[in-house]
Order: sequence, then structure tokens, then C-alpha cells
Amino acid sequence: MISKRPVSVLGLVAAGALALTACGSDNNTTPGGNNSAAPAPTAKAPVECGGKKDLVAEGSSAQKGAIEAFVSAYGAKCSGQQLAYTPSGSGAGVKQFNAGIVDIGGSDSPLNKDKGEVDKAAERCKGNPAWNLPLVFGPVGIAYKLDGVTSLTLTPELAAKIFSGAVTKWNDPAVAAANTGATLPDKAITVIYRGDESGTTDNFQKYLKAAGKGAWTKDAGKKFNGGVGQGAQGSAGVADAISAGDGTIGYIEWSYVQDKKLSAAKLDSGSGAVELGAEGAAAAIKSAKVKGSGNDLVLDLDALYASNTAGSYPLVLATYEIVCSKGYDADTAKAVKAFLTVAATDGQSALADAGYVPLPDEFQVKLLDAIKAIA
Amino acid sequence: MSDSDTVGRPGAPGLARGPRGGAAPDTAPEAPISTPKGSGGTPTQPPKVITRPGDKIFKALTVGSGVFVVAMIALIGIFLLIQAIPSLADNQANFLFGRDWDADPEGGLAFGVLDLLLVTVFSAVFALIIAMPVSLGIALFLTQYAPRRLARPFAYLVDLLAAVPSIIYGLWGAYVLAPALSPISTWLNENLGFIPLFATGTSNLAIGQTIFTAGIVLAVMLLPIITAISREVFDRTPSMQVEGALALGATKWEVVRTTVLPFGRAGYISASMLGLGRALGETIAVLIILSSTTSHFGFSLFDGGDTIASKIARAAQEFNDPRGAGAYIAAGLVLFVLTFVVNAFARAIIAGHKEYE
Amino acid sequence: MSTATDLNRPAAPPAFQEINASRRFKNRLATILVGGTFVLALAPLVWLLITVIAKGFQHVLNADWWQKSLAGLTSRQFGGGVYHAIIGTLLQGLICAVIAVPIAILVAVYLVEYGKRSRLAKAVTFTVDILSGVPSIVAALFIYALCITTLGMPRSAFAVSLALVLLMIPVVVRTTEELLKIVPDELREAAYALGVPKWKTIVKIVIPTALSGIITGVSLAIARVMGETAPVLVLVGYTTFINYDPFGGSMASLPLLMTSERLTTNEVGEARVWGAAVTLILIITVFNLLGSLISRLTSLKTK
Repeated sequence: MISKRPVSVLGLVAAGALALTACGSDNNTTPGGNNSAAPAPTAKAPVECGGKKDLVAEGSSAQKGAIEAFVSAYGAKCSGQQLAYTPSGSGAGVKQFNAGIVDIGGSDSPLNKDKGEVDKAAERCKGNPAWNLPLVFGPVGIAYKLDGVTSLTLTPELAAKIFSGAVTKWNDPAVAAANTGATLPDKAITVIYRGDESGTTDNFQKYLKAAGKGAWTKDAGKKFNGGVGQGAQGSAGVADAISAGDGTIGYIEWSYVQDKKLSAAKLDSGSGAVELGAEGAAAAIKSAKVKGSGNDLVLDLDALYASNTAGSYPLVLATYEIVCSKGYDADTAKAVKAFLTVAATDGQSALADAGYVPLPDEFQVKLLDAIKAIA
Repeated sequence: MSDSDTVGRPGAPGLARGPRGGAAPDTAPEAPISTPKGSGGTPTQPPKVITRPGDKIFKALTVGSGVFVVAMIALIGIFLLIQAIPSLADNQANFLFGRDWDADPEGGLAFGVLDLLLVTVFSAVFALIIAMPVSLGIALFLTQYAPRRLARPFAYLVDLLAAVPSIIYGLWGAYVLAPALSPISTWLNENLGFIPLFATGTSNLAIGQTIFTAGIVLAVMLLPIITAISREVFDRTPSMQVEGALALGATKWEVVRTTVLPFGRAGYISASMLGLGRALGETIAVLIILSSTTSHFGFSLFDGGDTIASKIARAAQEFNDPRGAGAYIAAGLVLFVLTFVVNAFARAIIAGHKEYE
Repeated sequence: MSTATDLNRPAAPPAFQEINASRRFKNRLATILVGGTFVLALAPLVWLLITVIAKGFQHVLNADWWQKSLAGLTSRQFGGGVYHAIIGTLLQGLICAVIAVPIAILVAVYLVEYGKRSRLAKAVTFTVDILSGVPSIVAALFIYALCITTLGMPRSAFAVSLALVLLMIPVVVRTTEELLKIVPDELREAAYALGVPKWKTIVKIVIPTALSGIITGVSLAIARVMGETAPVLVLVGYTTFINYDPFGGSMASLPLLMTSERLTTNEVGEARVWGAAVTLILIITVFNLLGSLISRLTSLKTK
């Protein structure tokens, strides 16, 4: 039976391959217990586990690490419950949320009324408003690599000049003025920016515009508008490029600075140089104002960026979870509430290790109130 | 494949083994002249072509599949065009000659494909210039020089290059090859920088995310493609010609130069064109290796930039707004037309040479 | 030549003369150059394989690697595996094959058995040639334009499979066509002589004769499309969970896992990326070996 032989061989091998891998599992429970010294918020809230088993969320890649930490805590608290997060970008997150495909949308910017996002979201939530909950805060670092220089301080104005090409040498008098005593080499500055569209770029440019005392003459936006340097794919690409070169500088989320063990510049907003870290960022977040109404916690970032209180590091990226205030089915609502509650309480302790800032206490309270109000 | 109602089954294997030189001992003689059961659709009419429903249906299926494939290529063009038109209508820049790409629908679309196109063609041609002589050498080595016995395993090794997924080429290029090439590119830049090709570009040489690196990786990816087809053509050099040259006392090289190369030239060029098509459309390797830039392309090997394919892939995760996506689809259409022309040209060259059949 | 005065001298110059130095030099130079190009081509292959194995092989030795997903692990935790991506890769490849192979075989049958030199056959041959040169990103964009914007389907593994179908059809058509051509006409004539209908001749005799070769071709084609990255980038989302449903939700695959985990710059991400690279190469190797194994076991000994 010649014609049967190849088929049976193929079948045999296919069966073998399946047998080999047929025991796959999603179960990765690790012996938990995070003993991080970071200042995690203290409030506790009762978590009502249950509801829909597999939540789906999609959106900003900037909050990917935080969501992973939340999912890990969620699985530990409510065993068998999970959430799949697709870090496909803020735009995708909003669109998928509005289309009712995902339960939670992740976005670097709140829903935009002018683009009709608010109305579409209300429609998705069966006529109820959607809320923007700023659950994840992460400082953005200005990382650099310069042989022989281990400490670098930048003012927002100087950063704006570097990233727009007005300062092109490391030994430029403007850099020297901010770093008295440091020996700066006569090297060209290679700016590395995000080549893809990104909320990080958007926030970074907004920061330069708000705090740069007019030195940033370009627009904000998801595309880098500085006009200098070379682009890299994703924050990872930026981090790779910074560490591969010499005389390089770029902006990346804190977690990437940690991962790649890069040096990050201190920011001097007028009242002394502040290091990149959870403390400085938490101090800055306190000065953030909520401009949304009720439980819709939209932040006024310009005030945050321009803050120059001592010890605060205002270059912070705030990302939102977009959820329905009402209009989920009962199962989904229960799971969404459980997940968000865990995220705002237990999930916070692992955040500093993942490069994010745990919520300040008063913010956590506001968030928990909002989460409780979801029906 | 079980069936009971036809002559086919017992007969087929026996028949199928016929041309194997009768080596199979189990080919029982009764097999071919199987039992024609009267009922099972075995007609005993005179040998006249009878179209049965089965034949009609089957033929319709095959013709349908053929038409489907032809329609497919048309559909690709049409759908890309349909999706691109609204964005092109909204475009505030000149699509074909604009050099800046802004596909963010906020604040208006203004996208021009020229720079992407230039980088695409430039890097592909650079890759081809490296890959062509090397592939020629390999194909000659495998067909003319390598010992007969080793030619096959050697050819298999070269084919392995084609089996490696392009994403792995990309990772290797970006993380291993790029740093290794850095001294070479720095040397070229310092000593031959007066030639525009080696002038200082927009990409930092120490990092190595340049068209130079990307082109070399692309060249490696082209080797198996160009080699495979060239090898086939060189193998078909009429032995009369080769023997004739040998009889006249030609050296190996003279045989190659006077018979193999002239005979295979068209096939080799066609193979190179196919390789060019492949290089133009390569996506992920280029995406991983090449740095992007906001400056215009300056025709230096040490520039960064984006090819059409890498630009699309870079933005793929943010395809939400149909008008923004439409801009990238328009660019994809340009790439489609470009590869279409290159491939059609390659096929046309080969089609003109009946001796390759 | 002069008339022979000295009988000891040969009547003509010797048949084999020394080749002069410049020709010999050119010949040797050409030999060295040609051999050199072969070595030059192998260098990147060896270098690349060593890199991948050195960086990734240690990670795939763990049993968890083949049995678990990355679910619930943060980008800083080692452990877990790529089962979810292996399943995705196999599933997408197989769905693609299920759709593409019948179409491709029918097209090849048309070309060899029905079309011959008709105009449609020429058009089909031309299209198949062009289709084989369509970049994968264009195929992905086409499916995006067709299924996602026009038909409103969500991004899904099925969309990926559809894009892969476009890439697989030309490969399978080509191999099948070549194989059907070498099926001896005597077989067909013998079948016709017995009054077997043409379609049955094709289905029961011609295709089975070529079947081992076709299966080889198909397994090579599957191996090829499983390594494609552009379609998964455009058409499906990444997830760390196991998903068996090709029509809904995100589904990981090895290339997608590599592009996603590349965004993690620490050792954990590196381990996942290079481990996945080794896994992908292993899977592709298995399919390739499978192809040659089948053809060796069952091939017809005719040329």
C-alpha cells in the first residue's frame, strides 16, 4: 500500500509530536512573597474573587510590566483566575475596549472626547460612562552611556536642547554648567529615540514642553519630533542602542534602565538634582491634580510636569485602565472589580521591582472608591 | 483512501509500481487486471470520451482553483488599492515624491513614500551586489568543482541558509554581526568617507544599526535563493559543449568561461532578480537591524532609515484608525507593484530560454 | 610540417602539451575563488547556528520549557516555557496547510492534466510565479484589508493562517506540478484503457503515485511558513496564555514570542528570545527531516 505509507508516517510523527507536548499548562505558580523595601501603600480592601475566569485586556505597552505583576498577584489571591494582557499600544487598547472585545483597556492617555472615544465608550458600556483609572505610574529615565562619566545632571531646559539638537557635544558649556566639576569628553551626543509611535514619546515631549522653559519648540505627539539622532524599535531597542554605543542618550521607562543596568541622569527642576526612582516619582505624583469628575480620575499632567518641589522627579508616565462604570454583565463586573482591587492593593508591593511607582496612599483610596463603585 | 466500488484500488498500486523497474516482488500479476465489477462505474462502452458527472465536477474544481489563484493576485492589488484610496485622498503631501511620513490622522495625514522606497531599493541593491558574485561562485563550485559525491550534501548545506527564519537572521544581525562589523565600517568611514557611499550617515557606527549591516544580512539571505536556481541552470549546460571545450584542451576555468557561463547567464540574471524581489520585501530582519531616523536618506551605507516593509511592520501594532492604516496599505501597494515588476521581469528572462526546460 | 628526416622524432607535436603558465595561474585562481565563495557562504551559517545554540540551548533542556506557558510570570521571573507559542505555531501552520494544500494540489492538477497550454494555464503559471514573490508583509496587509477592515473580523490566528495560505500555495503548486509531470503517461493510458474515468485516474492513480513527494513538499512548505514573522505581527496579538481557539483572542507563536519578548531587555527576556529561536529551529528541522525521511522511505525510483 504505497500510497498509505507516507500518510501513516506523517500521522505517526504528528501523533508523536502531539503526545510530546500534550501536557501543556498555564500553571506557573511561583513561591510568592515579595520582600521589597519599597514603600507600598498600606490600605487593604476585601477582594471578592470569582466571576469570569479569563479576563482580557489590551493596550499600552508602557504598563505591561505592572500588569504582569498585577496578574501574578491576582492569580495568587484568586486561584484559577487570570487576565491576558496584550501590550499592543494605547490606540489599540481604546479601540478594542470600545468595540467590546476586551474587558479593560490600557492607555497612556485618557479617552478623548474630540475623537468620539468618550461617546463610543459610553455606547459600549450600555449607556453608562467609562472611567479612566490611573492605576500605573512609572518614571521615565533619561539614560545615557558616556565612558568615564558616571553621574550626570540635566535640567529640563538642557534636556530639551539635547533632544532637539541645540546641544550636540558632551562638553558643551550648557552641559558643563549643569555638571560642575565633571570632566566631560569632546564627543558627539547621539540621541536615541523611539522610532515607533509611543505614549512614552508623547509624555516625554509634553514634559519637555511644560518644563523646558521654552527650549522645546517642537510639538508633542506620539512621534518623536526632535529632529536629531536615530530611532530604535520599542523601549528595548532604545535601551539596547544606548548600551551598545558611546556618547548615547535616550528616554526609556525606569524598568528598562534597571534591566539594562544603564546610568540615568538626575533631573534638576530648580530645587536640586533628584535621582530617577520611586521616591522622587511618588513625591511628584502627589502634586498631580485630578481634573476628571467623580470617579473618572483623569489627571492634569501639565501641573505635574511643571512641579519643582524639592525631591520630586516629575518626568512620570501615568497610564490609565479604562473600565465601564456600569454595563458589564454580572460575571465580568465581579472579575474586573476583583482584579482591580488586587491590583490596587496586593499588586502594589511588587511594583518598584518592576520599575513602577507604588500608588501614594491618598491616590489609592480614591482608586479603591472608584473600583468599589463599579457595578 | 478506502473504497469498494471501483476498480481503482487494487489496480492502482500495481500500476504505480510499474515504472519502478519491477523491483517489488509483491507486485502480483493479478493486480493490474483487477476485477471489474459491472456496477462500479466501469463502462464497457467503446473507447469514446464520455464525460461523467464526476469528471465535470472534478474538472470544475481544478479550473476553479486555478481561477481562484489568478483572482487572488488581482484581489491583492484591488483590496490594497481600495483601502489606500481614502487615505491617499486625504493626504496633504505628495505620496510618490514626498519624503516625510506622517500617518497620524491627528492633525492631518501627510505621507510620502519616496524615502522609504529609496532605502528599500538601496539596501536591496547593495545586498544583491554582494550576493551575486558569491552565489555565482557557489553555484559553479557545486556544479563544476565539487567532487560529485560531495556536491549533494554541500548543496544541502547552502539550502539550510534558506531554512533559517528571517527573524533569527535579524537577531543575529543586530546583536552579533552589527558589533562585529563596527570596526570595518568605522575604517571605511574614516578612510573612504569622501565617497558619498561611505560618508557619515544618520546611524551611529559603534551601534551598527546601519544599511551596511542590514545589507550584509540580506545578502546572506539571498545566497541560497540565487544559488539554487543558478545551480539548476548550470547543471543543464549541454555536455556536448563541455566535452568539446575539454577536447580542445581548455582548462577547467576556460570550460566554465566558454560554455557554462554563457549558457547559464540568463538563468543567473533571472535568479538574481528573484533574489532582488525577496530582498525588497524582507521585513523582520530589516526591522530588527535598522535604526529609524527623522532625517532624509542621504545615500550613505551608514544611514539608518526604514524600508517600506519595516515601516509597515513597525506601525502594525498601532493599526487602529483605518485612515492611518490606509497610509501604510498605500505603501504596501507600492511594494507589491515593485516586487510584481521585478518578479515578472525575472520570469520573462527565463521564459525566453527554451533550453532551460 | 616538414617531411620527416629524423625518424626518431615524432611526426606531430605531443598531444598533451604543458599548459602555459598564465592559463594555469588563471585556472588555479578561479578554483580558489570559487571554493572560497562556498566557504564564505558557510561562515554565516555556522556563526549563526553557534550563536543561537550558545545563547539558547541551555534553556530548552528544561522539561518545563516544553510543557508550560509564560502565564503569570513577570518579565523578571525565570521559569515557565513556550508551550503556548509552540501550540500557536503548529496550529497556525496546520490550519494553513489544511486550506492551502487541497487548493494547491487542484491547481497543479489543472496545470498538468487539464490546462496544458491553454491561456488560463499560462495565466495560472504566471500568477503562481508572482505569488511566490509576494513579500509576506504584503500578504499580511492584504488579509488585514480584506478580513479585518472590510469584513470586520477581529485579529486572530485564523487571519494569520489565511495570510500564510497565500505564501504556501505557490510552493506546493510548484512541487506538485513537477511531481505530476514525472508520473509516466503509461499509467494514465493504462487506466483509461480500463475505462477508469479521468478524475478517478487522477485521484486514485496519478496523485497517489506522486503522494510521497507531495507530502515532502508540504512538510517543507509548512516549515517555511512557520518561521514567518510579518503576518503574526500584523494579524494577531501576543499572549502568554495557552489559547487553542484560532478564531478568537490572541495567540502566541514562536516568532511572535520572540518579537514580543525582545522588548524585555534583561537576562530573562534574552533567555526567552534565544530559547524560542532554538525551539523554532528544532521544529523547522523536524519538519524538514520528516520531509526527506518520507521521500527516502517511499520515493519512486524513476527520474
